[in-house]
Amino acid sequence: MESSAYITLRDVVFSRSGRRIFDGISLDIPKGKVTAIMGPSGTGKTTLLRLIGGQLRPDSGQVSVAGHDVPRLKRKALYQLREKMGMLFQSGALFTDLSVYENVAFPLRVHTSLPEDMIRDIVLMKLEAVGLRGARELMPSELSGGMTRRVALARSIALDPELIMYDEPFAGQDPIAMGVLVKLIRDLNSSMGLTSVLVSHDVPESLSICHYACIIADGKVIGEGTPEELRAHPSERVQQFLEGQPDGPVPFHYPSGDAAADFGVGGRSS
Amino acid sequence: MMDRIAGLGRLGIAIIASFGRSGQFLFGVLAGVPRPATGFPLLVKQLYAVGVLSLAIVVVSGLFIGMVLGLQGYTILSDYGSESAIGQMIALTLVRELGPVVTALLFAGRAGSALTAEIGLMKATEQLSSMEMMGVDPLRRVVAPRLWAGFLAMPVLAMIFSVVGIWGGMLVGVEWLGVFEGSFWGNMQSSVDFVDDVLNGFIKSVVFGFVCAWIAVYQGYDCVPTSAGISSATTKTVVYSSLAVLGLDFVLTAVMFGDF
Repeated sequence: MESSAYITLRDVVFSRSGRRIFDGISLDIPKGKVTAIMGPSGTGKTTLLRLIGGQLRPDSGQVSVAGHDVPRLKRKALYQLREKMGMLFQSGALFTDLSVYENVAFPLRVHTSLPEDMIRDIVLMKLEAVGLRGARELMPSELSGGMTRRVALARSIALDPELIMYDEPFAGQDPIAMGVLVKLIRDLNSSMGLTSVLVSHDVPESLSICHYACIIADGKVIGEGTPEELRAHPSERVQQFLEGQPDGPVPFHYPSGDAAADFGVGGRSS
Repeated sequence: MMDRIAGLGRLGIAIIASFGRSGQFLFGVLAGVPRPATGFPLLVKQLYAVGVLSLAIVVVSGLFIGMVLGLQGYTILSDYGSESAIGQMIALTLVRELGPVVTALLFAGRAGSALTAEIGLMKATEQLSSMEMMGVDPLRRVVAPRLWAGFLAMPVLAMIFSVVGIWGGMLVGVEWLGVFEGSFWGNMQSSVDFVDDVLNGFIKSVVFGFVCAWIAVYQGYDCVPTSAGISSATTKTVVYSSLAVLGLDFVLTAVMFGDF
């Protein structure tokens, strides 16, 4: 897999507000595949995407995308590299003052000099791909949560990127919207030959579409492999996460003092 | 005691760091030269938002302040039998001081707070991040047009304020209280100097416009992306802008009109 890795992280250390988020994490994300990055909330999954996109710089270590050492790129080169990336934000992040059509046309207008009729064709094709060609005149405030993410998806593929990153695409979605997004992620990856990075803690949906997955916790990768390999992983922590068990290596109780003392049984609580 | 001294030191460091960040931010905004084809329409849109939409409050305020100046001026000057100097008093007060200062305070409250809230909300809803990930620099696309629009709109608004204020003073002084129109305009014309008064007032409004717009866009861009963070940033914009305008007004007045 090393030779076909599109994204490589090597010994990445990253801290924020005095808290160490990643403590020497290493990861290879293969080209042309869907890779799911899973883990409990607050483990830095979104931070990982921002490191890959160059929005954050690691304290140490290497982040490489398509052979480019992202943290060391100059501003212009970084922005050029980002033109090959698409990112679907958890909120959709549509521009609220622009219609659906204009949102999808935005990257085309900024980065290309295409004539208006060609921009129109591309926008309608992208909207058709996400099933929202008929919603092109709507404003973002008129869209449901699922539709917002589909429009954001159409916008993120407007420039035909090589890499697309999904930040919690299934969070807060009803079953139908979730099914639509699962189908879109799988279909777009196969039809456009994209490298997809999917950050999520929705285990069944993520494992159903990914070719490769890894679970991060405590700033490190605690398990990785194909979905089948992960399901058979010997780590109790990996199994607790995959099966959603409330107690295990990650305890149900937040660390606390002596319960008897707290409840005033056999002594006084402070 | 040591804790208080340490706290004071931390506050000082935080203030200096904030100045440093805002300076870096300003450099980032001004460093990029936008393409005219894309930059001009964005600038026009923001000129409308911060300039044209501020016209109503500026015109109404200018009118009332001019009328109050007319009333107060007439009351005081008539005691000395010099009510004919009312035009000169109104014009100098507005052109030198009240025009730039009051317009800047209104601008900070009306347009500055709106700029901060808009940029802060764009940050909170990840619109700025998504722009970055599309290879578009939000400093140049979002912040720069707003900064330039504020910088350009403020002096024009201040001039409109002064003109409307003089007209309001004329309404009260000449039309209502019966001051001779010829002496109203004649005294004004002979005593108001273009360079010393009009140009210096204009320079003040240029400085205030730049400072107010800078504070507004920086507070929006640097805010904590939560509802409480945006609320705090909006308040800071109005408070810091007002204090900066009043403080700078003293400094500029001392430099321009002080006879040391």
